[in-house]
Amino acid sequence: MERDVKFLLNGNEIKMKIKDHWTLLYLLREELDLMGTKEGCGSGECGACTVIVNKDAVNSCLYLAAEIDGKEIQTIEGLASSDGTLHPLQKSFVENGGIQCGFCSPGMIMSAKALLNENQNPTTEEIKHALAGNICRCTGYIQIIDSVRAVTSTGNEGIEVVAWKTEEKP
Amino acid sequence: MKKFTYLIPKSTDEAISMHESHGKRAKYIAGGTDVIVKIKEGKLSPDYLISLKHITSLNQLALNKETGKLHIGALVTHGMLEESSLIRTQYPILHDAVTNIGSVQIRNVATIGGNLVNAVPSADGAIPLIALDAKVEFYGPKGEQSEDLIRFFLGPGQNILERSEILTEITVPPLLPNTGSAYIKFGRRAAMELPLLGVGVLLSLDEDLKHCVKARIGLGVAAPTPMRAMEAEQFLTGKAIDEDMASEAGRIAAKESRVRDSIRGVAWYRREMVSVLVKRMGLMCLERIRDL
Repeated sequence: MERDVKFLLNGNEIKMKIKDHWTLLYLLREELDLMGTKEGCGSGECGACTVIVNKDAVNSCLYLAAEIDGKEIQTIEGLASSDGTLHPLQKSFVENGGIQCGFCSPGMIMSAKALLNENQNPTTEEIKHALAGNICRCTGYIQIIDSVRAVTSTGNEGIEVVAWKTEEKP
Repeated sequence: MKKFTYLIPKSTDEAISMHESHGKRAKYIAGGTDVIVKIKEGKLSPDYLISLKHITSLNQLALNKETGKLHIGALVTHGMLEESSLIRTQYPILHDAVTNIGSVQIRNVATIGGNLVNAVPSADGAIPLIALDAKVEFYGPKGEQSEDLIRFFLGPGQNILERSEILTEITVPPLLPNTGSAYIKFGRRAAMELPLLGVGVLLSLDEDLKHCVKARIGLGVAAPTPMRAMEAEQFLTGKAIDEDMASEAGRIAAKESRVRDSIRGVAWYRREMVSVLVKRMGLMCLERIRDL
């Protein structure tokens, strides 16, 4: 069955028809051409498809598109400014070696963003807990955790603390 | 994915009448973290998915101050339980368990009701609730019914719900004074993993803070359904609890367990670990009672 949904996607209001059996991941990639969000396992094990719905990180591969009506969706495409300036988290992943092949990065960064929206000074344990549902097969996690820690105000000494607004939109 | 029609009832009555009219072609869905995977794998192929997510009456988490009962709506997510300060401080056994179910992404969506209805032997949500003497409330064409949670499970993937019935709420009776509780999910890693074993222990002590007036030991993956180690519970009741008593209770619980070999671990190892973990959780209860 088809239905009309209205939602905010990276700050833009979207009204469209969707099919009941579409997942949010399918909607983003195949219908809206937003290829930043990746499909890894397709069963909620790997976190590559992580996006933020309202305030929550969710696996978009298991989230039905029919459920986004009236909600606010944030994807990796919504982080950088329109002039191409990277979000501090993205910049930190680049600078700290948190990216190798890059397939897990959008999901990792969205999980980290959901954490930092709620808790601007997470401990290393809290970062690990928040990223436990995101699998990386390249870097070995250390650099990823360092990348997240570097944008917190309790991050490594010597790394500049970057102030950023959680509601910043392109 | 297979095509289906997604129905969004606003009340339990509406959901039940939808389910009644579509019969076997319909399936209830809550968080969907299991149902959607099963549809993708072809293990389920409903023509109608009836979402329970928008029935707001199933979404409440509250302690009734008059009765002392904790009410957990079936649609409460694991994330809501994890973040609740009430659960963390008063029912740490439940906090221990939900904190390590799936991942943040799963916990934000997956519901405690769904965890119970799935009735897997490893249900991390069920073991602490069993140790808390929880009851399940369910509603269907026959009206409202209630049952002890321990009797809810019939076998792997099997529960007592009949056609069109909906699990609505889990209720936990008031805790006795001087109660401590703890749960451990034991496996190779905590997140994104089914446990090799789940062990939950609850102890209530007398005013002297030594003698046990009530003991509950819940075991997951130790039998085809979640179970209680009732002989070990009986052994502890009335005794002054110390490390030796906790060890003995562990040995008794290990004997009672009906562990078996599986892909994640062999029976003898599971049995040994029941003994170790019951003791460890028992001591953790004592520690938590001291910290009250």
